[in-house]
Amino acid sequence: MNHFNPGALDILWLPLVPLIVVAVGAVVVLLAGVRVSDDDSEGLGWIALAFLGAALLFTLPLIGQSSSTAFAGAIAIDNYAAYFEITVILTAAVTVLMSLEYAPDFRLAGAEYYSLLLFAALGMMLMAAAGDLIVIFLGLETMSIAVYVLSGLMRQDPRSNEAAMKYFVLGAFSTGFLLYGIALVYGATDTIKLGPIAAALAGAKGGSPLLLAGLGLLLVGFGFKVAAVPFHMWTPDVYEGAPTPVTAFMAVGIKLGAFAAFLRIFLVYFGAAATHWNQVLWVIAALTMTTGNLVALVQGNIKRMLAYSAIAHAGYVLVGMTAAGAQAGSAVLFYLLAYAFTNLGAFSVVAALERRGERRDAIADYRGLALSHPGLAALMVVFLLSLTGVPPLAGFVGKFYVFSAALNAGYVWLTIIAVLNSVVSAYYYLSVVVVMYMTEGEARPIAVQAQPGMVAALALSLIGTVMIGVYPGPYMGAASSAFKSALSHTQVSSRQLKLRG
Amino acid sequence: MVPISYVFGLSAALFGIGVCGVLVRRNIIVMIMSIELMLNAANLAFVALGRSLGSTDGQVIVFFVITVAAAEAAVGLAIVISIFRSRETANADEFNLMRW
Repeated sequence: MNHFNPGALDILWLPLVPLIVVAVGAVVVLLAGVRVSDDDSEGLGWIALAFLGAALLFTLPLIGQSSSTAFAGAIAIDNYAAYFEITVILTAAVTVLMSLEYAPDFRLAGAEYYSLLLFAALGMMLMAAAGDLIVIFLGLETMSIAVYVLSGLMRQDPRSNEAAMKYFVLGAFSTGFLLYGIALVYGATDTIKLGPIAAALAGAKGGSPLLLAGLGLLLVGFGFKVAAVPFHMWTPDVYEGAPTPVTAFMAVGIKLGAFAAFLRIFLVYFGAAATHWNQVLWVIAALTMTTGNLVALVQGNIKRMLAYSAIAHAGYVLVGMTAAGAQAGSAVLFYLLAYAFTNLGAFSVVAALERRGERRDAIADYRGLALSHPGLAALMVVFLLSLTGVPPLAGFVGKFYVFSAALNAGYVWLTIIAVLNSVVSAYYYLSVVVVMYMTEGEARPIAVQAQPGMVAALALSLIGTVMIGVYPGPYMGAASSAFKSALSHTQVSSRQLKLRG
Repeated sequence: MVPISYVFGLSAALFGIGVCGVLVRRNIIVMIMSIELMLNAANLAFVALGRSLGSTDGQVIVFFVITVAAAEAAVGLAIVISIFRSRETANADEFNLMRW
């Protein structure tokens, strides 16, 4: 393994086809957009959607295949990768639908916008399918560099500039930590492949300070990307400044991509060595939930409020990660799916209300929305209730699975903190409902026309939020088979080790 | 051959200088330079480890990292230009439209 051996390269293109389709789509959009003016970028959005649809079709045959690896272990083929790829593709598709009218309205450069969106989705999918640390690093950077640009795409808007700047500096800073962590792990274990690293961690080298320092730095790197406290400082500013569809994409897509890799590394491969990291994760999870929810209470801007809510939700996911094990893993995967649809919906409503020249993202702007736009207000209520965790919506089932997994693993106090946090969160979610339904509107209500793309985005998010909540069985089944398929890698590699030993 | 611990010490020192640079300096350009220093500290560690462990992985990674760092620098400087146009400053403390 130490020396290059062409015969050992198992080249399998099939699992990479969805990624290749998305990459080709990004290039096609970029080329097709050369002569398209920024006011007329809707066609590019449809091209992007077509490629995302094709990628989705090519992902379907990957479901249910037995777990294996390709490219000498660099790419993992399993339901886990397929699960996250499908979720990421759906997220990107909803974001594109949300942008069909938004992008021309805000004069976002259409070709760059849709192509960067696809490149970012490619990075997320690569993180989900990664089998070694360097592919995770490449996926993370493909995703991050595209999103740095996306968040600053409103070039004339100083807030957008500032968001891009802050996101870039802190994102690149965290990349440095992640990369140095990879270097230390490589130094301690002589490999960058996840399987052998896990074996080293479980074996004699488990307590080596170099390896533990490397793990710590990896934790910091991922902590930044998923916006865990104390690495969350960039989140509210970036979410507020970025164009709203990009904010939605960041809040959902980046979390999906980063958690896909984070969970695969820590829960799947380092699961056997959970004692090394889950005390740290316990503290981070408690801090993340509490800080996110408490600071969200005092926000006057809906995007900042949703940013802190996203931090809090990362905390709930970390509760599941702390619990470790198969039940918690499946619960976390399910939670991420529920979170994705709910948050996309909430941000779609925010985007639907914004118009060029006036950002209507203060919570005060939602006064009287129930009278002026009953449909949008009702949709917002559904999404906010799902974020709160009210049955029968997706958010409730997600929280239920995660918290019961934590309870079963014996983390009683952490579960209590999590439940208390959910109660606190009800205050700021429901206060938006109060503002919409129980306060007088402005004399000059917001005029919003129903636009087909936005309607489609809202409809998809609503269907996802309600369906997953009312009938969670199949989705939970998918999440659990995805996590089990990822786990089976480690069983295979330990069996191989035994055979060799 | 230089012992691996020396190289590793140098790389850790460079990484530390990079981290301090990002945290302490307020000029955006200097902060980006410090981030590059962090990435290159990791590169140095990778090359040295690859050599001492006798595996090619370390050397290969460095090529990827250099590529990524170049892309990141290009995007970062473009963002600095766009914010400099609207704010006419490169001081991180003055980017306070939104609470940092």
